[in-house]
Amino acid sequence: MTTDRLRRAALARRKRSLWIAVLLAPGLIVMGLFVAAPLLSAFRYAFYSFHGLAPADFIGLRNFTEVLTEAPFADWTWRALRHNGVVFAALMVAQNGLAFLIAFVLLKALPGHRLHQVIVFLPVVLSAVIVGFLWKLFLHPLFGLVNAALALVGVQGLPWLGDERTALGAIIFTNAWHWVGFPALIFLAGMQRISKETLEAARIDGAGDWRLMTGIIWPLVAPATTIVFILTFIGSFNWFELPYVMAGLNGSPGGATDVLGLYFYRTAFGNVTSGLQDFGHGSALAVLMFLFIAIVSGLALRVLRRREIQV
Amino acid sequence: MQHGERLKNGLIQFLLIVNAFIMLYPLVVMVLSAFKTNAELFASPFALPESFSLANAGRVWSETNFVRYLLNSVTITAVSVVVIVVFGTMAAYAIARYRFRLSGAVFMFFLSGLMVPLKLAIIPLFIQLDLLGLIDTRLGLVLVYVAMGLPSAVFIMTGFLRTLPGELEESARIEGASELRTMLQVMLPLARPAMVIAAIQNAVPIWNDFFFPLVFISTDRLKTLPQGLTVFMGEYNTDWGVLFAGLTLSALPITLVYIVLSRQFIAGLTQGAIK
Repeated sequence: MTTDRLRRAALARRKRSLWIAVLLAPGLIVMGLFVAAPLLSAFRYAFYSFHGLAPADFIGLRNFTEVLTEAPFADWTWRALRHNGVVFAALMVAQNGLAFLIAFVLLKALPGHRLHQVIVFLPVVLSAVIVGFLWKLFLHPLFGLVNAALALVGVQGLPWLGDERTALGAIIFTNAWHWVGFPALIFLAGMQRISKETLEAARIDGAGDWRLMTGIIWPLVAPATTIVFILTFIGSFNWFELPYVMAGLNGSPGGATDVLGLYFYRTAFGNVTSGLQDFGHGSALAVLMFLFIAIVSGLALRVLRRREIQV
Repeated sequence: MQHGERLKNGLIQFLLIVNAFIMLYPLVVMVLSAFKTNAELFASPFALPESFSLANAGRVWSETNFVRYLLNSVTITAVSVVVIVVFGTMAAYAIARYRFRLSGAVFMFFLSGLMVPLKLAIIPLFIQLDLLGLIDTRLGLVLVYVAMGLPSAVFIMTGFLRTLPGELEESARIEGASELRTMLQVMLPLARPAMVIAAIQNAVPIWNDFFFPLVFISTDRLKTLPQGLTVFMGEYNTDWGVLFAGLTLSALPITLVYIVLSRQFIAGLTQGAIK
């Protein structure tokens, strides 16, 4: 009698375990095969030289030292890193600064504010390939819309994407146009969480828009700022599609728009002209990029989170 | 005071209209240019087209593999998103509704996928797909997208499923419903809004992705829309009307869906970041 009940209980337990396993298995298998395994291999491969697609000899840190300190790799690596830094700084100031202002104005809920949200977010849902090609046509030195518009007001336009001084800036501008709606709506969501009473109280105390924005809203949207900072950082150092479409795999003109994403792709999978694969140096670059992004965003997250608590 | 306030709001409204113009005008020009001939484009770039002729769009449709690319993108995105939501909901249901050993560890394992940019593991992924014979196949691409999308789906669905009251499944069990029936007929219908968010959050980046097809797919008839667009832009680079028509047609599907579902799109795409 009791043994029978025990057996039934054991059976039910086993059935329950099996049911949980069935629920988890598909997800775990896919994650294991296509996330965990490749990530672990990515670290291992960086220490090997390659014959074609297969790792050949263990060579210690040589891929890393070559990529970081030896010609010709080192020059490309540091130049690309510098460009990514410029991209990040410019996007933080121009794109996200503008996004903050847009969010502040939308918070006023003037007529049409909902429609405006839909409009600024529209480019966000489009592919970087579409946006990149569209602006490449607009920025064309002879037939592009931008220079045609400048000509109307009597200004001689530049070959924006063909000039080393303006090419990176032109792509950064395009990125800002493409993405500005995203940080804007993240800031707006953060601002909408501030209690109405807080804002009312500040108003009654006679705070104008400027005081309200810098003294009350800016510190209180710190969590949103953290998110925007981290996502912009990760996005800027993984930047690939827009420069690929607008400047090509070599970061033309003359490498003025070469960034880590393009350089990594070129090294790993060969550029259009040479077509040679170099998985050893490519893996070393991927590991370095991964560590750099993980460490810096980890540190930034700690600093920014502390700032959130203080206010 | 009142007057000053109204003046200020008027100025802000004006700046917002300027901003809306900057965001929309390039897209309007893209669409209008799709109806123009080269001569018309270069002579009067700002004017309305002389006629709304579909000649350019027709050439994109019939002379290129556009339809093929479009169908590939639809298939790959749809299959990936369905699998992500199904597998993700299954795993989330186990994590959220049952107590078992390692439950926390399993959840962390899924979440860790949120932190790593899978692009940086592209070399081992390439080698692995090559070993499995999945390079240059749509299935290979789908599997990578599923792996990429599962962490966020598990995260959203677990968070949502945990909020459902336990009495619901208790009463279903007392009535003798099996675990499977309890899940499918009692619990999951309530989780539909979260599933929509998880689906949109994954559908948009997959639909727009360019990097993975660039690395994995080389056969022209297997290419996705963003990838096919790069082929097309190279081939027709002297025929700007056709180029604008190609861009317009490529942007059209997602723009139409966005106009209908803008609220869900904005929620889905920003919620992942805000959590």
